[in-house]
Amino acid sequence: MNPFNTLHGLVAPLDRANVDTDAIIPKQFLKSIKRSGFGPNAFDEWRYLDRGEPGVDCADRPLNPDFVLNQARYQGASVLLARENFGCGSSREHAPWALEDYGFRAIIAPSYADIFFNNCFKNGVLPIVLPAEVVDRLFKETEASEGYRLTIDLAAQTVTTPTHEVISFEVDGERKHRLLHGLDDIALTLKFTNEIKAYEARRKAEASWLFA
Amino acid sequence: MTAPRTLYDKLWDAHVVHQEANGTALLYIDRHLVHEVTSPQAFEGLKLSGRKLWQAKTILATPDHNVPTTARAAGIVDPVSRTQVETLDANCAELGLNEFRMSDSRQGIVHVIGPEQGFTLPGTTLVCGDSHTSTHGAFGALAFGIGTSEVEHVLATQCLWQTKSQAMLVKVDGDLPAGVTAKDVALAIIGKIGTAGGTGYALEFGGSAIRTLSMEGRMTLCNMAIEAGARAGMVAADEKTIAYVEGRPQAPKGADWEQAVAYWRTLHSDEGAAFAAVVELAAAEIRPQVTWGTSPEMVLSVEDKVPNPADAPNAVKQADWERALAYMGLAAGTPINEIAIDKAFIGSCTNSRIEDLREAAVVARWAVSQGRRVAATVKLAMVVPGSGLVKAQAEAEGLDRDFIAAGFEWRDPGCSMCLAMNADRLEPGERCASTSNRNFEGRQGQGGRTHLVSPAMAAAAAVFGHFVDIREVLQ
Repeated sequence: MNPFNTLHGLVAPLDRANVDTDAIIPKQFLKSIKRSGFGPNAFDEWRYLDRGEPGVDCADRPLNPDFVLNQARYQGASVLLARENFGCGSSREHAPWALEDYGFRAIIAPSYADIFFNNCFKNGVLPIVLPAEVVDRLFKETEASEGYRLTIDLAAQTVTTPTHEVISFEVDGERKHRLLHGLDDIALTLKFTNEIKAYEARRKAEASWLFA
Repeated sequence: MTAPRTLYDKLWDAHVVHQEANGTALLYIDRHLVHEVTSPQAFEGLKLSGRKLWQAKTILATPDHNVPTTARAAGIVDPVSRTQVETLDANCAELGLNEFRMSDSRQGIVHVIGPEQGFTLPGTTLVCGDSHTSTHGAFGALAFGIGTSEVEHVLATQCLWQTKSQAMLVKVDGDLPAGVTAKDVALAIIGKIGTAGGTGYALEFGGSAIRTLSMEGRMTLCNMAIEAGARAGMVAADEKTIAYVEGRPQAPKGADWEQAVAYWRTLHSDEGAAFAAVVELAAAEIRPQVTWGTSPEMVLSVEDKVPNPADAPNAVKQADWERALAYMGLAAGTPINEIAIDKAFIGSCTNSRIEDLREAAVVARWAVSQGRRVAATVKLAMVVPGSGLVKAQAEAEGLDRDFIAAGFEWRDPGCSMCLAMNADRLEPGERCASTSNRNFEGRQGQGGRTHLVSPAMAAAAAVFGHFVDIREVLQ
């Protein structure tokens, strides 16, 4: 996993509540057995005018001019500004894979669905929670000012606006540590091998039906 | 004396391997369901890192999302889908996992076959790379969906790092009116608390109406917990739970069975246990539900009219409703029972068990008795059993003949048009009465319009060509 330290990135506003993971990456692209290459199909049904199919070169497909991410001013964005309950629905990790592959390293929203939120941290994408009124203000500032960029500092847990306003955010300490260092969860867990085996031995003794 | 605990507390406490000071716990996972879509990258990760599988016996695998529901003997036509299923077969063979392949009579949707096999047991932790894993909470189990990184984590360690959620009690008391099912209860709850109402919570469904529900009904209810934002939903184990599990292929036997049952009888929230939130519904007030928009919370009763965005509670919701009505091709004020459909889908991990098919077959038999069948304006009405065993049971009861006589198609088991990863899908603009769980944009096919309903409501909509109040049909 890529570590996340600081990011100074162009912000793209996706002004919809309850954006689900089916919208972030439609089901036909889940047939891939790979972890990469989902970026061109991120938000496929909103982004293109034709029906997306796996294996088709997206460079030749007609873009939907009404979709916000297709606007010239948001090309190269790495911070996605979103509304409440972002990432709801399916548990597909292809959603953060697609966002990361597209170029987003951070998301700012008032709230997220649990599974999606968790999946982001496994893939070097930082989902930041800010109060709805602050997010609302960031939407207005982003839309009002072309080239609007935010600076995100994970160690300091701050988002800094172009006018040097510093907004603090909360993040779980363990998740922060793993993201800052790009740590492999499994390697860390395997340090508890003895405890896991002791647990199993105890459970086998007290609840053998579980292991029948 | 220990303090009174919720069911969630009990399940959680029994599975903590290691507790960190910050509240994060390493939780032991007893059961792991695996399907073809969210597992290939996890198996690959395990292999690339040179790590070993922790315990093969805890895993049950089957392909379900990509499998065709017709002409299965010919194999999968789509080469990309075929590769994904073959990859699952190869991974399971290499690691010695128990897999029900596409040709196996026990193959089906993971959330149908787990309970059916006695793989899903009360008191266990159960995960799967699928959000509808909440289904298994119906057994008094802690079951939740995970991403592919966590699938790999469980393969390698049999554990997951988790932060404990808060417990929410959803209490439904009283008697459900005739024709009102667990699906209607689930949709009514989501309508009340919203699709994010359960975020950060583990839901426990309780109250006399829940106790009265069959195990199939409880599975339908817990299945939809994730549509209320909760990763896990659960129902206390009782004699119904125990009777359902007894004798199933992977259920404990002999002395193990006796020991298990004694423990399972403790799997309920203690008197006086504290919940962080309580939501109450009166069963008698729940009516047949139909979603009108593109989120499960956009739901009303069949007697209602499509709402006006001007009446939305706030500006964000108003914009949502406007977008939803435009996508759904509906005008505010249209009576729900005047909305005409193009297709009907009876199936999915929400509603493809034997009881669901029986409820839909009642409508099919009624139609035939009236000299009616699927309306001429309905292009396709399909019934997709949840597993090969559900299909066989339905055929033994003659339900397949009831459906076929009424003009429904009788298919092979799989996820099918719930998410349209196989060939079953809606074309742009087509409107579907569906017993599945998500009415998101494009969920059943790009541009498709989904209305979530119960099995009997879907069958009735197929016969009439538009939504009807099932209570009137059943009279």
